[in-house]
Amino acid sequence: MTAAGATETAQTAWARIRAGADRPTVIRVVVIGALLLFVLLVLPSLLGGYWISVSTGVAVFTIVALGLNLLFGRVGLVSLGQMALLALGCWVAARLFFLTSLPFPVVLLITGLVTAALGTLVGLPALRLGGLHLALITLMFAGLVAIVVPTTNFPNGGSGVLGHTEASTGGLVIRRPGIAQSDSAYFRYTVVVAAIMFLVALVHVGSKSGRAWAAIRQSEPAALAAGVNITLYKLYAFTLASFMTGVAGGLYAGYVGRLYSYQFSGARTIDSVSLLAVVLMGGIFSLWGAVVAAMLQQLLPAMLQSWIGFFLRNPDFLLVIFGIGVLQVLVTAPEGIVTQLPRDLKRLGGSVLRLVKGRPKESSA
Amino acid sequence: MIEVSGLTVRFAGVTPIDDMSVTFADGTCGLIGPNGAGKTTFFNVLSGFVKPAAGTITAFGENLLRMADYRRARWGLRRTFQTEMAIERLSIFENVAMIHEHSGAKRTSRRADVLDAIEFVGLAASPRAKVGGLGARERRLVEVARAVVGQPRVVLLDEPAAGLPDEETGHLSQVIQKIPEHMGALVILVDHDMSLVSACCQTTAVIDFGRLIASGPTVEVLRDEHVMRAYLGTEDVDEDEAAAAS
Repeated sequence: MTAAGATETAQTAWARIRAGADRPTVIRVVVIGALLLFVLLVLPSLLGGYWISVSTGVAVFTIVALGLNLLFGRVGLVSLGQMALLALGCWVAARLFFLTSLPFPVVLLITGLVTAALGTLVGLPALRLGGLHLALITLMFAGLVAIVVPTTNFPNGGSGVLGHTEASTGGLVIRRPGIAQSDSAYFRYTVVVAAIMFLVALVHVGSKSGRAWAAIRQSEPAALAAGVNITLYKLYAFTLASFMTGVAGGLYAGYVGRLYSYQFSGARTIDSVSLLAVVLMGGIFSLWGAVVAAMLQQLLPAMLQSWIGFFLRNPDFLLVIFGIGVLQVLVTAPEGIVTQLPRDLKRLGGSVLRLVKGRPKESSA
Repeated sequence: MIEVSGLTVRFAGVTPIDDMSVTFADGTCGLIGPNGAGKTTFFNVLSGFVKPAAGTITAFGENLLRMADYRRARWGLRRTFQTEMAIERLSIFENVAMIHEHSGAKRTSRRADVLDAIEFVGLAASPRAKVGGLGARERRLVEVARAVVGQPRVVLLDEPAAGLPDEETGHLSQVIQKIPEHMGALVILVDHDMSLVSACCQTTAVIDFGRLIASGPTVEVLRDEHVMRAYLGTEDVDEDEAAAAS
């Protein structure tokens, strides 16, 4: 009987996997751990004040990009309202900082939960419809937030529900955690929070919800036939992404210290679109694409500005660059820069090696 | 046992299932008919993708049509699709495990159940292998493993042998024949491969233009005059069509 032979194979294969001789995973964990230690311990001492600040921005936006990466890459949902949710997160966090004396991590947690609830409210009607509707409705939501924010402004120690004061002093500065007062310490703090968010994302992707998302992304009828409550799992992904974005908002508030409405005004609704572009460029099939996406959005403009001197903060000009980038990725490497770059470097390394060794294999060229 | 009575499905201007009544007893039942006869539409009604205009479906004493679509898997309804739909980005193990997770089966026995199902269909590849890297035959087997894991009550197989060469259909046939006995499920098999249907099914129902035209032991049904006519096409078919349309 064929089944007997197969029984052997499947069981032994699984036993081998269980035994832990899984070298790629071990290597990956070691490399990631080493990278994290480098970023936490070495990087701050190498960078000057300005680049520390830019790097903190990268860490914050890594979390925002991670949320969108999960939505788009794992579930197939396109949201254009992530920057608006970030603004909401900033507002909620700032209000809590001035209203209460709760510890910093607690404020981050509450901010995340409140933003998750608000995001869920936005997503609830749209998620029952198709993907394009979600994109449209979240973009409208971003527009709404862009209109409301200049009216309400951000809390800066004033009184009332809005907590905003027009005092000439410019109000109070948002506090940072006691252990992370300096810029480099706050950078480390942000990286640690971002790492925790990555862990949360990894756990979800490798669990029941991640498998249900993969089923939904491939085919909704098949997912339905598999017993997946599609609306519930989509909503859960949206809630999780909103939570992460809210936490990022709290970190952003502590990072800039003072929040102004122009940071999230109407002209910057376009940021939600450019966020989608960088997330696509970074790569949506790997969570690490989120890191690349945040670098493209925060580090690239800063580098261009300080090294070449172009004033590239004009969002439209940046959008053109990102447009070319998206085209490049879609045409040559749909899995994004996070996969493309190592692959191309490997190829380049191979060719260089062959050149150095005097081309032992003529035929391979 | 599934009892279908007076089932009618209407899309705009088309009636793919027209007052169909049929009973599927236990074991493996065949469901055959020419292209467009309403076989896949019938499966879609069972899955809950299509809401019928009239009729009832009683499965093991329960009113299936009143159950929410995503709850039917938990109740024990499984299916495969004409175009195979195993999840490319998940491993074989994850593909089967995700069905188990939504089936209401016990969590503690998950790993054993999933490995059992993978062994049952005779998949030799590593359970860790991504489905995206597998060939057509192996993907089919993954889909069948997804359909039988845990305790399914009803397994719907929609053209599982489509596109497979003969020797691979032979292996699939052996697997399908073992399902009722090993998994205790009622199997409904739709396929155009009559040797597969004859080998697997004790009874077979034939539908055409959304109506039952014959049902009974497979050997007898395949010899039936009406069935020959529906498949080979004679003038009488046009009369049937006229009758169905009026």
